[in-house]
Amino acid sequence: MTRAWFGRLTDAPATFILAGARVIDPSDGTDAVRDLAVRDGMIVDALPDGTERIHGRGLVVTPGFCDLHTHLREPGGGSAETIESGARAAARGGFTTVCAMPNTDPPLDDAAAVADASGRSGSAACRVRVIGTATRGRAGRTVGDLVGMAGAGAIGFSDDGNAVPSGDLVRGILRALAPLGLPLIEHAEDTMLAGGGVMRAGVIATRLGLVGWPPPAEVEVVERDIALAAETGARLHLTHLSTAASLEAVRRAKARGHHVTCEVTPHHLALTDAWVAGSRRFAWEEPELTDGLAYDGRCRVNPPLASRDDALALMAGIADGTVDAIATDHAPHSPERKLVPFDEAAPGLIGLETALSLGLAAVAAGRLDLPALVAALSSRPAAIIGEERTLRAGAPADLAVFDPDARWRVDASVLASASANTPLLGMELPGVVRLTVSDGRLTYRS
Amino acid sequence: MTLAAPVGTWAHRHLLDVEGLSREELERILDLAVEMREARPARAHRSLLENEIVGLAFYEASTRTRVSFELAARALGATVVDLGIAGSSVGKGESLVDTLRTLERTGVTTLVLRHGSSGAAHLAARTTGLRVINAGDGTHAHPTQALLDALTLREALGPLAGRLVAIVGDVAHSRVARSNIHALGTLGARVQVAGPPGWVSGFDAWPGVEVATTLEDALHGADAVMTLRIQLERGAGLVDHAAWRLDEERMGMAAPNAPILHPGPTNEGIEITADLANGPRSLIGRQVENGVPVRMAVLALLAGVA
Repeated sequence: MTRAWFGRLTDAPATFILAGARVIDPSDGTDAVRDLAVRDGMIVDALPDGTERIHGRGLVVTPGFCDLHTHLREPGGGSAETIESGARAAARGGFTTVCAMPNTDPPLDDAAAVADASGRSGSAACRVRVIGTATRGRAGRTVGDLVGMAGAGAIGFSDDGNAVPSGDLVRGILRALAPLGLPLIEHAEDTMLAGGGVMRAGVIATRLGLVGWPPPAEVEVVERDIALAAETGARLHLTHLSTAASLEAVRRAKARGHHVTCEVTPHHLALTDAWVAGSRRFAWEEPELTDGLAYDGRCRVNPPLASRDDALALMAGIADGTVDAIATDHAPHSPERKLVPFDEAAPGLIGLETALSLGLAAVAAGRLDLPALVAALSSRPAAIIGEERTLRAGAPADLAVFDPDARWRVDASVLASASANTPLLGMELPGVVRLTVSDGRLTYRS
Repeated sequence: MTLAAPVGTWAHRHLLDVEGLSREELERILDLAVEMREARPARAHRSLLENEIVGLAFYEASTRTRVSFELAARALGATVVDLGIAGSSVGKGESLVDTLRTLERTGVTTLVLRHGSSGAAHLAARTTGLRVINAGDGTHAHPTQALLDALTLREALGPLAGRLVAIVGDVAHSRVARSNIHALGTLGARVQVAGPPGWVSGFDAWPGVEVATTLEDALHGADAVMTLRIQLERGAGLVDHAAWRLDEERMGMAAPNAPILHPGPTNEGIEITADLANGPRSLIGRQVENGVPVRMAVLALLAGVA
């Protein structure tokens, strides 16, 4: 592993030429090998001799990645993650923007908290955009101060970790959001219907003796919220969809012209419920159980890892555009919260540093094409929060450069995150980020 | 009579589940259990585990399994420590892994673990250097129960290949049922589970398992019937218990003299009539008797001394 170097958004703007890389830019459909020049943080047509030249042969350069779903755990997250460490993890994964979820302790539920979190992010290794809570105190009882938080820079609102519990409250939130043009970002899950399920319901859960989580727990809330988005005309963004049925509902809503977008996580695309039983094969491979890996608490996540069929359906949703974004749901946890019996493990896994690699594994397996992956990681999520992504001359340099063929071993010692809770630990994955430039500043180099 | 496998050739460090054990391995455990039960003098094996310390960690109340493991370990000469966790200070604010690592440092070599969470024994095996025997984890597995059931059935029926065994009751919440499905299936028996929908939900997708939706269907032609303890605290009102009670008349649908097993303790008059539980078809007492030798066999094999 080459040595990692991290920069900050407060550093001086970068100047370099990336020579002979494959440039993939979804903004104009570019997919060509050429030079890319950056002067003082701006993309330019050409640069004079003597400028630092970075060999780009075999590398891919794309717009910087944008994660719509990140848990930075600040404030209140102790040692699991901070804005500083989470932003470095983002930069190491090729991300130039992350959207911080507000289920911190205390939650980001008013203008002051949103402004404070934004302010403390100013010198991080990527842009940190802030999502405010949808309900006051994230308690699911009354509509939050959406206008105030929007004024403080919130890019959307979510009670992530839970759905907004009642349809009436969702309607109230969407009505308030319609004139603001900002989305309700919904964690679609009916906890009553989920029935305490700890992994996806199915024959694997039955055999393992674990309480199964039924897909209708997600689909029901997706359908409810789509109906209310249609009624109010407001924007709805559905987080971490994990079932084919939810995706189908989104597909229909889009066809009818409703303002509905959705994201899928890398782990719901590439991992499956067989991982809970000890498989470490990707969704597009035949499961194969490894002794000693069953009931690994690091495979506990909410919504639970999908069935193989659903994972492949979600993958198809990226190819056909129904899925707007791959978002990580990066959820750091300290080791002691995972080193417990499976049903007691805190749900969630880290994802910023492995998202690209899992996507590239799917590309290598012929399940996804690289430009679609790039768009789902960069320009499409960015558009949802009003950020532009393009590699055209004249734009600010905001990009990721990676070697799609180089492989790396996921090891706690190389991860920039303060946590290492991922079942990918110890696995070798394709895709090594060489360079990340956020807002014209070099934020990561290896 | 097959030749016994050489001492020290057991291929597994732990007994977490019956799943994954071959037919030969299952037979070896059962044969060794018989050998230990029949050994003369009775204390012939009393020094086999004299260098071992067996720790009993029961996070759920248990009498027969715990006592049976303790007697088995003592019969092999092991030192036994019972953490007495249910109701003690152990585990107060301390994680399972921390408790077990402490146990390991005190010199315990083999852990017998019962825990309310499925997969707890797997966690113990992964995070400590202890040899782990699963004495029941959540609704997942209870391998030594399935082994003693298999031994009991084999003694009553002879070879189990081709025999039909009905497992009746709340299969969905039963670790005994799951382990029996694996053990009986591996030994060549056909397994039919039966109960009202909530008790067998999901089992229709389990390869090789047949599901019956009435007690009569389940009993029809069964060579043996295993009835499970009804957990009355799990919403007894949801089920018409009378429709699922095993009685003399219904047993008439099973094969003549088909034996009855029950992991105990029974709720007489609820899932089984007292007459049947205490009658000539009942192997319930024999199951308990087979508990100690089966656990002796497991302890000895894992320790590499048999």
